[in-house]
Amino acid sequence: MYVAAGTQNSMQAVSNLTALCSAHLAGNHEIEIVDVFKQPMRALEDGIMMTPTLVRLAPTPIRKIVGSLGQWDTVLRALGIESPAA
Amino acid sequence: MSWYALFVRLWRPFGRTATPSDLPFGLERSAVWARRVVVHSTVLRRPRSSDRDGADAAAIYNPAPERGTTHEIPKRSQVKALSRKGRSTSPAPVQSRTKTLTGIDGLDQITGGGLPRERTTLVVGGPGSGKTILAMQFLVHGARERSEPGIFVAFEEKPSRLIGNFEDFGWNLPELLRTKLFFLDARPTPDLIRSGTFDLSGMLAVLGAKAKAMGARRIVLDAIDIVLDLLPDEASRRREIHQLHEWLLASKLTGIITAKATGSPGESINKQPLGYMQFMVDCAVMLNHTVCLGVSQRNLRVQKYRGSAFNEDESPFVIGKSGFDVAIARTLGRDDANITMERVSSGVKRLDTMLGGGYYRGASVLITGFPGTAKTTLSGAFAEEACRRGEATMFVSFDSDGAEVIRNLTSVGIQLGPHLKSGRLRMVSARTITGSAESLLVRMKTLAKEHGARCVVIDPVSTLSKAGNELTAHGVAERLIDWAKANGITLVCTSLLDEMSSQANGGTPLQISTLADTWIHLNYLVQAGERNRGMSIIKSRGTAHSNQVRELILSNEGVTLADIYTAGGEVLMGTMRWEKESAERVANEVAEVAGQLKRVSLDAEEAVLEVRAKSLQTELLAKQVEKTLLTRTTKSREGELSRGRERMRELRGADAAPTRRRK
Repeated sequence: MYVAAGTQNSMQAVSNLTALCSAHLAGNHEIEIVDVFKQPMRALEDGIMMTPTLVRLAPTPIRKIVGSLGQWDTVLRALGIESPAA
Repeated sequence: MSWYALFVRLWRPFGRTATPSDLPFGLERSAVWARRVVVHSTVLRRPRSSDRDGADAAAIYNPAPERGTTHEIPKRSQVKALSRKGRSTSPAPVQSRTKTLTGIDGLDQITGGGLPRERTTLVVGGPGSGKTILAMQFLVHGARERSEPGIFVAFEEKPSRLIGNFEDFGWNLPELLRTKLFFLDARPTPDLIRSGTFDLSGMLAVLGAKAKAMGARRIVLDAIDIVLDLLPDEASRRREIHQLHEWLLASKLTGIITAKATGSPGESINKQPLGYMQFMVDCAVMLNHTVCLGVSQRNLRVQKYRGSAFNEDESPFVIGKSGFDVAIARTLGRDDANITMERVSSGVKRLDTMLGGGYYRGASVLITGFPGTAKTTLSGAFAEEACRRGEATMFVSFDSDGAEVIRNLTSVGIQLGPHLKSGRLRMVSARTITGSAESLLVRMKTLAKEHGARCVVIDPVSTLSKAGNELTAHGVAERLIDWAKANGITLVCTSLLDEMSSQANGGTPLQISTLADTWIHLNYLVQAGERNRGMSIIKSRGTAHSNQVRELILSNEGVTLADIYTAGGEVLMGTMRWEKESAERVANEVAEVAGQLKRVSLDAEEAVLEVRAKSLQTELLAKQVEKTLLTRTTKSREGELSRGRERMRELRGADAAPTRRRK
């Protein structure tokens, strides 16, 4: 997850992601948070233009989700996680 | 009254500077009232001081123009430096502290030195209006000429494709890419999933780091609208733009943001998407691309420029071989072209005499006339003469192909072929060049520059008015002359006059007759069943010139001029002139013979008289001799007689009588 530390969108995204992961992927996930201000070159290499961007590295294919991750349905679908309700 | 006196005593020590709040509570109100009285009385007593105050106040409001002028001075020198750039020998223009040169001459002139330094410029235009090219040229100029590295953020096109597209301009991007230019591929990937709001902090962080690493001074954000469209609402768009703008200002990069113009131009600017951006940035440039009478026309206009004067008009531009070419007539702040007294031959000897030595070098010569009045021939003669002097010459023909022109001119003894072969002459057949007058001008300029031409012939320049509207064509013609002058190129233009237009109004469709230095007019004279060409110099600035109409004669030996005959108020040309001439020749001959005859007969008479005079003289001599003889005989007889008398007296023995003795 690429974030811009201190911005509202990024903070929301981080809390949304942790909540989402603990709800649906408890104990089965690994989140790395990269602050673009601290590691801009890494963001450049990965082609991150917008923050926050969530990058799913595994399982492949790599998928990018941009935004504060407010809509859980979309995020879950994008991550390829079947919601338990479904 | 006593109350007032008490107050005044109280208040005095505070002086005039006291404010109501300095006074004890409760006296405030009266203090204000009292002060008003005091101030009022001061005004009454010392009107002069108040006058001075007035003057001071005026001085406070005045400094604006003063500041304006000090601001103006470096700018004018800037413009001068820029206009000098046009010449090959001049040094590169100096970059001012507040402006960044774009490398696009015209634009730098319009803005008086380039885009605002360390600020943001918005370039707005429709599809294909040249936004990206302008932005790229700005970066390339910085990287190549000013050692100001730049970053190009591509939101729309893939960097590798962009580089490919710009290959034709000869900017050598791949080489610059190594150190001075950086392309950031910021295209949103199509499989991007959006969930909630986001911002551009990531990109700014990346750019900030990159800019620092490579020491970038210029940045271009191409097609910002693409990324803005991803944002869900107007508010977040504004927020991002604002953030971007702030970031650009803080990062001290000179930036160009390009955006698409949508919506009709008539629409209020506020309603246009990105309209607010135009208010935010420090400089906004509009590009538009219209079609006028089937001819494409590109225009550039600087909409705003904070803190600087600029040319507010639309200026036509062309995207040429090496990028942008913005047209601008250098009417203001133009330094004088190199003026010389040097004359160049017109190629026709008698015309040179008529002009008092030929055209001035760097002059613009206009040859007007109806079709077939030998305009091309006259300009061809000039071109040939220029080539013979060894000067690079360019002949632009709109009427026919180069080879055709050469063949046709050979028939009147003007040999351009050898010069073409030697490379001194360059024939440009502009019949195949299509496009607006503007693009024609750009093509001609480029070709002339390539050839290093010192003499240029444009035949006919009136073609310019055919492409697009006449207003632009006039502007183009103006700039053409201006350009030739600035570069010291002697320009000969022919201009076709409309057959239908009356001879009296004489003006050319482009109205360049007023701009030209020398104006030669060719005309037909129809008389006694024939058409003959007449030539006259309508004007020639700065040179003494003949006021006479001459007859222009074309023969296979070349162009000659002949005096015309005026007889009985009528001008004679052609055969009639020839007839008149031969009649006069005959008359002359007859008169000469008659004179000779007279001389001979007079000689004879003289001889006769001389002979007579001689015989008379001889006769006279004879008479004189006779007379002498007669005198002598008389004397001797008298002597004899007297001697005889004496002898007789002696013989008679008579007394000697007192006779008169012989002397």
